[in-house]
Amino acid sequence: MKGGTTVPPFTHNMLKLNGITKRFGSLVANDSIDLEVRQGEIHALLGENGAGKSTLMNILYGLYTPDEGTIEWKGKPVRIDGPGHAIALGIGMVHQHFMLIPVFSVAENIVLGMEPGGAVLDMKQANERVREISNQFGLEVDPEDKIESISVGQQQRVEILKALYRGAELLILDEPTAVLTPQEVVELGKIMKSLVAQGRTIIIITHKLKEVLHLADRVSVIRRGRKITTVEAQGRTEAELANLMVGREVELKVDKQEATPGASVLEVSHLSAKNDRGLLALKDVSFQVRAGEIVGIAGVDGNGQSELIACMTGLRKPAGGTVRVNGKDLTARSPKEVREAGVGHIPEDRQRRGLVLDFSISENAALGDHRKFTRYGFLNYGKMADLAERIVKAFDVRPPEPEYMARALSGGNQQKVIVGREIMRDPDLMLAVQPTRGLDVGAIEFIHRRLVEERDNGKAVLLVSLELDEVMNLADRILVMYKGQIVAEVAGQEATEENLGLMMAGGGARG
Amino acid sequence: MAKESGLSRVVHEAVEAVSIPVLATIVGMIVGTVFILIAGKSPIQAYTAFAQAVAGSPRAFGETLVSTIPLIFTGLAVSLAFRSGLFNIGVEGQYLVAQIAAVVVGYAVKMPEGLSPGLAGLFHVTLALLAGTAAGAFWASIAGLLKAFRGVHEVINSIMLNYVALFLGSWLLNAYLKGSSGQGSSQPVQATAALTQGLIEGSRLHTGLWIALVAAFVVWIILWKTPSGYEIRAVGLSPGAAEYAGISVGRNIVLAMALSGALSGLAGAVQTLGVNRRFFETTAFVGYGFDGIAVALVGRNHPLGVILAALLFGALERGGPQMQAAAGVPKAVIYIVQGTVIFFVAAEGIWRFLRNRKVKTEVKTA
Amino acid sequence: MTWAIITVLVTATLRAATPLLLAALGGIFSERSGVVNIALEGIMLVGAFAAVWVSFVTNSALLGMLGGMAAGIAYASLHAVASIKYKANQTVSGVALNLAAAGLTEFMLNKVWGQAGGTPSVAKMPDLFGLNLFVYLAFILAFAAHYALWKTSWGLRLRAVGEHPLAADTVGVNVAKMRYWGVLLSGAFAGLAGASLSIGLLSRFVHGMTAGKGFIALAAVIFGKWNPLGAIAATLLFGVSESLGTIFQTLGITAIPYQFFSMTPYVLTMLALAGFVGRSTPPAASGLPYEKAH
Repeated sequence: MKGGTTVPPFTHNMLKLNGITKRFGSLVANDSIDLEVRQGEIHALLGENGAGKSTLMNILYGLYTPDEGTIEWKGKPVRIDGPGHAIALGIGMVHQHFMLIPVFSVAENIVLGMEPGGAVLDMKQANERVREISNQFGLEVDPEDKIESISVGQQQRVEILKALYRGAELLILDEPTAVLTPQEVVELGKIMKSLVAQGRTIIIITHKLKEVLHLADRVSVIRRGRKITTVEAQGRTEAELANLMVGREVELKVDKQEATPGASVLEVSHLSAKNDRGLLALKDVSFQVRAGEIVGIAGVDGNGQSELIACMTGLRKPAGGTVRVNGKDLTARSPKEVREAGVGHIPEDRQRRGLVLDFSISENAALGDHRKFTRYGFLNYGKMADLAERIVKAFDVRPPEPEYMARALSGGNQQKVIVGREIMRDPDLMLAVQPTRGLDVGAIEFIHRRLVEERDNGKAVLLVSLELDEVMNLADRILVMYKGQIVAEVAGQEATEENLGLMMAGGGARG
Repeated sequence: MAKESGLSRVVHEAVEAVSIPVLATIVGMIVGTVFILIAGKSPIQAYTAFAQAVAGSPRAFGETLVSTIPLIFTGLAVSLAFRSGLFNIGVEGQYLVAQIAAVVVGYAVKMPEGLSPGLAGLFHVTLALLAGTAAGAFWASIAGLLKAFRGVHEVINSIMLNYVALFLGSWLLNAYLKGSSGQGSSQPVQATAALTQGLIEGSRLHTGLWIALVAAFVVWIILWKTPSGYEIRAVGLSPGAAEYAGISVGRNIVLAMALSGALSGLAGAVQTLGVNRRFFETTAFVGYGFDGIAVALVGRNHPLGVILAALLFGALERGGPQMQAAAGVPKAVIYIVQGTVIFFVAAEGIWRFLRNRKVKTEVKTA
Repeated sequence: MTWAIITVLVTATLRAATPLLLAALGGIFSERSGVVNIALEGIMLVGAFAAVWVSFVTNSALLGMLGGMAAGIAYASLHAVASIKYKANQTVSGVALNLAAAGLTEFMLNKVWGQAGGTPSVAKMPDLFGLNLFVYLAFILAFAAHYALWKTSWGLRLRAVGEHPLAADTVGVNVAKMRYWGVLLSGAFAGLAGASLSIGLLSRFVHGMTAGKGFIALAAVIFGKWNPLGAIAATLLFGVSESLGTIFQTLGITAIPYQFFSMTPYVLTMLALAGFVGRSTPPAASGLPYEKAH
């Protein structure tokens, strides 16, 4: 190329990825991805869960080594050996799961690895530096607070400060809004603008369409490990981006009839509970779910949903109030008693709760009811295999092998085993918590249809989800949780993202 | 992923399971040979003496089995705990308290007069075994309960309990159980409480062997054929999923620890009633518990594997002193060999590393 | 009379606490970096032997001490490689090393001196004001360790990899390197602790002479809440208990059997862990191998 590169008039590339490929065993996580990020822009990386966004960014941050492809940083080819190297280049990353040490102070976390004062740790100088940067970018935190004592939103600021302290010019934010309240999201938006105004560049990884439209200048869409396109964010619609992301027309609505609710199945009254830190996280919650309806619980993560479900399933002792199913008092009963009373539970964390990963599908099919799979007091593996056989057929689990280890299944298939097991138990009440988190669109549609079917078969379904779309699509009634309380109830048809969003931020009255 | 035929998968898994213990044993032998050479002795002479001592005659083999019996129990104890996600490093202590309990019952309890000798023996032995088993189970349960209800890691408490047992034993012996034969050992158990010796002519091989084999079978049944075993394994593999499924994690931790302690207790009681017939004062541990960890690891925490691994370590224990006597090789070499085997089974990552490197170089050269 | 008894008790306590404190400091460095080290006992034994051997060959106690440290480092490096590089189960690796240490020292005893049981007398470290130099060294090192862990950047990093290795890794701290520091230092300290027994307290190596002191040191690590100053307090307490036991036994007082004094460190540690004597919480990532992504 004679006469220099062809740089567009007002922008130049901060970062250029050429043909990045990364394989994990037989899985191609990144397939020859090209990407250009301009100086001073907010660049969104949009894709479904598992599309390969995080892998790509981990390569950029030096946590993974690419199998093929090259990285150009400020016009020069680089090989990024590790996070230390990425930091030295000026690349900073805020991980989805914060990388903070709970027992260390804010400042200790920020300066770790790049401590002021040489061998002797100068905490006074560290605290001052942290105050300086937080003032400069409007990121308010107290450097001397312990991480374990500050809020999630503040922890995120600490993460951003960590990158800025290291002189990051490019910031990668991995799903930064997943744990934030709508207000905190607005705050974050402001912080991002302030960062860009002061010359920083931002890549934001997300699967949320609205965020892309709100925050980003340009969007690169990743689908199944490949980059589909890069477009300007301005003037795009959600539907357009959704189709790019999924690769086909997306049914944004689930087909379902009007609900015909029957008798009340679940009655929760004045339920309160403490969280792991001993603080009251669920405060005087009352509601009911009737047969033949899906009740959705909307809310930002950490507003008491987990404690609510834990209390209802016997995994946590409530501080007060009662839980009744079919008139039977299940307050503070063991998980075993709750299951036996006709409650099905699709747990939030499928790998930690829903399955024993090193058990076969057969053994997992019996999980929870294993005492029933016996003959003369000994385990009856044949009976387990029969049930597993029925589950893999009815729920399209692939491969359809009852003796397969659960660990060897993909996330979607693992979830199908769980959903299948719980539905096969034929409970009167189904508690579905984040039932489709991290799944691809096919599996999501499948599971949604099965949940509606449950409802149509006269079961009571309680759906807890952080995805507003999911709640709005499935629920006949929506309860909004905020700070451990139910702050509003909305009929499914009347819900809009705007009014739910407002109420999730504490802006609604009990209605 | 292509579906493997059932048989080839079983064979493949079996080879996988056996390969690391076998490799580690080979490394152990090599290291042993090196030390024999350092000692200036002939490895061939040493190994001949070793083989003679271990299996040179029916009597010798009988004695090898005598060394094997406690290791089967302690190996089972450690592996049962492993299966529930617990590391029972406290087998030594459980073994010790069981010995005391067995001696107390074996010495102090009198069988009623007029009972036929056969029946009296059966009752007395059973009673003494039960006492030892219960003592071991109780001692292990302390660590289990502290883990289940106070969240304290069982390894630390097990280690602490080992030493408490050591000093407790020393105190009880000196204060209450001292035998007439002088310092350092307790009164002997009565003849009715002794396990019959002489299963192989001229050796001390006793009926504890049958108890050990039955115990291995029972452990297998419990773990893989009963709902309780299913629960123990579920807790070991995924406490979160177990809790979700209505399986009480705390209860199963205590149960698994108690069962593990019961097996350690059986080891102590059987050894006492079968071989020692009394309790000896010790200032250090006999080592069956620590060897049990090795046996469990080499045996891949499977009862059948444990029996085979116990035979290996039993042979080492039997052969060591004989090797010293016949070939002049210090028996300390045996400890080094044992340590090496355990180390290389524990650091199985080394084998993965070597295999991967081999695959890589093969790919490169291809 | 009372004064004499107090002097005896204080001296005996300091003497008993010294090897425990040195080994406990080693345990603290290792566990703070995230590697459980129950091989302290074995490393002490190897260090005790090496110190005597070097002292025997060179006739210098100082070189003997350094030899003990070096041997401790070398022996601990096995634990380090297994735990850090090959992700071995750290407890099992520790058991293996304890077992092999007993064999190794017995073997070498036989090889070098051709006798079992113990070695002849060798040069030992001198006393100062009635106490061995090791005693002073142990307490000075405890304060140095405290400073290193809490007041230096190195200490911040070491503690970080023990709490949350991934977080440390993502800010460019080399997790493996810090853990090698932790384990090898534990080898140096445990080796020194062994030397303090064989060429400080005594002037010879005796078969199995550590007699569980490595495990008491482990208890002191926990009882002292993974903190060097806490370890001073813990080892002094354990030292008092041990010397009282010895004094009772020597004086033939049977009101309290000496075995109860011997049990005290272990029972106290269990109570501390259970939260009955102040709660003791280990570093969050202690015992967990760190699997680096690739």
